[in-house]
Amino acid sequence: MTDTTATEAQAKPRRRLSFHVIGPLLALVALIVLGASLNSNFLGYGNVTNVLARSAFIGIIAVGMTFVITAGGIDLSVGSMAAFVAGVMILAMNALIPSLGIGVPLVLAGMAVALVTGLLAGSLNGFLVAKVGIEPFIVTLGSMGIYRSLTTWLADGGTLSLDFAARTFYRPVYYDGLFGVAWPIIVFALVAILGEFAMRKAPFGRHCAALGANEQVARYSAVRVDRVRMTTYALLGALVGLATIMYVPRLGSASGSTGVLWELEAIAAVIIGGTVLKGGFGRVWGTVIGVLILSLIDNILNLASIVSPYLNGAIQGVIVIVAVVLQREGKSAD
Amino acid sequence: MNRRDLFAGAAFGLALAATPALAQDESYTIGVAIPSATHGFMGGLNYHAQASIERLEATYPQLDFVLATAGDAGKMVNDIEDMVATRNIDALVVLPFESEPLTSPVQAVKEQGVWVTVVDRGLSVPGIEDLYVAGDNPGFGRVAGEYFAETLEEGDNIVVLRGIPTTLDNERVAAFEEAIEGSGINVLDMQHGNWNRDDAFNVMQDFLSKYDDIDAVWASDDDMAVGVLEAIDQAGRNEEMWVVGGAGMKEIIARIMEGDPMLPVNVTYPPAQIATAIELTALGLVSATPVSGRFIIGSQMITPENAEQFYFPDSPF
Repeated sequence: MTDTTATEAQAKPRRRLSFHVIGPLLALVALIVLGASLNSNFLGYGNVTNVLARSAFIGIIAVGMTFVITAGGIDLSVGSMAAFVAGVMILAMNALIPSLGIGVPLVLAGMAVALVTGLLAGSLNGFLVAKVGIEPFIVTLGSMGIYRSLTTWLADGGTLSLDFAARTFYRPVYYDGLFGVAWPIIVFALVAILGEFAMRKAPFGRHCAALGANEQVARYSAVRVDRVRMTTYALLGALVGLATIMYVPRLGSASGSTGVLWELEAIAAVIIGGTVLKGGFGRVWGTVIGVLILSLIDNILNLASIVSPYLNGAIQGVIVIVAVVLQREGKSAD
Repeated sequence: MNRRDLFAGAAFGLALAATPALAQDESYTIGVAIPSATHGFMGGLNYHAQASIERLEATYPQLDFVLATAGDAGKMVNDIEDMVATRNIDALVVLPFESEPLTSPVQAVKEQGVWVTVVDRGLSVPGIEDLYVAGDNPGFGRVAGEYFAETLEEGDNIVVLRGIPTTLDNERVAAFEEAIEGSGINVLDMQHGNWNRDDAFNVMQDFLSKYDDIDAVWASDDDMAVGVLEAIDQAGRNEEMWVVGGAGMKEIIARIMEGDPMLPVNVTYPPAQIATAIELTALGLVSATPVSGRFIIGSQMITPENAEQFYFPDSPF
């Protein structure tokens, strides 16, 4: 009797793990096979680079979002925050050109401004959620509107553009790379690896999960609840800054329409990847797969043009739901 | 106090009451309700609205303006109701945020005897407005299409980026397709870039992966043209194709003025149409000039030769 329960208990988590893991991976592989069969250029170096590089913005943000959601929070402001950080960064760089000239110091200064602005913006969200105790949905819904309209105001309703010479110098940060791998892809990979490590091996990841699962228990287990919660938002803000550093050299501009709906894409990627929306369990590598699934859908729809472009949104929606259903079935099977 | 004094006082009171009434006959208040500056085109529209109001207030001291910008249809309705209730406007210039929800509030304003000028987007019931001022959407597509038909040869390949799926976008694209019909130009693909730089960049990257031979791109909007140009540059295929945007963004006009071979021409869809509407409305109030009817602003072709007259360096768009 004791023996059987023991084996069952052992078998259960293994089976659950395998089903759980296979869900998003299966969807990704299916998409890659579909893409390759529809268009011969799909697996070409150019297209793979394009897709990975454009995934990097949402991807970097989604890794941060994984921690926020795992800790039981949510952040709706990241898309607006990215637009705001990009605007501030462009204004700062344009203003610094007379004193620093065009070169590495200017770019480094711009990067510092982006990271600090992102960190401050994220910390403000974190402060209001953790210290003042307002619902994260409301705090970030508010800051979403604030950052979006601040960007429009900074741009005077138009577009903020980086000085042409500065942009030419800064451009390689998006378009060039190491050994043929573009910089955004390298940065995304590093962020994902560090995130996975922090989630699995570091105390921070365990604290986030504990906090998301049950705040009272976490508090009694000597987890500094407020500090962990605040850190997740600050970390996400800094990652938004990092994503912006990669984004600005691409088109050299920011406007009120920059980063629209990025927050929903990031949240969708996190959930597709197997993180639980109500908190308590997070998986960073799953998030990475979620991001890749979302950008591959767009890419395949553009490459294939098999259906009316009016239906693109519907197809995206179906695939997102199917990817999550695959996981649910895995869960209920055990 | 005797009777005469009493009469004098009453007369004085009457005179006091009469003076502002007399002055009010000569002075007018014009309400202007437009969407707020959330993207480039609306930014330009806001700029031109403010600029023409300043100009008119200086020219006609008897004119007063109330400008309200709204982020959604509901706020615009509130703005218009406030203008009628508290500022007693004589004329309303409105760019409806959306046609349906704005129709009956504007109709109510009209029924109170206020002059109504509608700009760009029509109301869903015809005949409410006294004056209708708009850009020419079919013309916007046709002028671009004619340029493609004239410039390209039979068998040349183009790709098209469309805006947000709307009637406006459909009208433009239908007129474009009609204009290139019979020219032998192949339209390889059409996708929605949503009038957004980032979306257009992604769509163009995918077009470039998919097609080896593209001779020209109709980006149909200058924000999308910026994204398209960047994607072409990244692929290193600058020599191969040219791009036509639209609406006359100042950065694009500047490059046309310089004779950039990748940007041969542009087609106007002027945000300054709001200025046309405000000026005509003011003219109708202060003079006997008849201004009722429809005023459709033609879409013009911008070439390196005439680009200078379309260049507004101070406008945000």
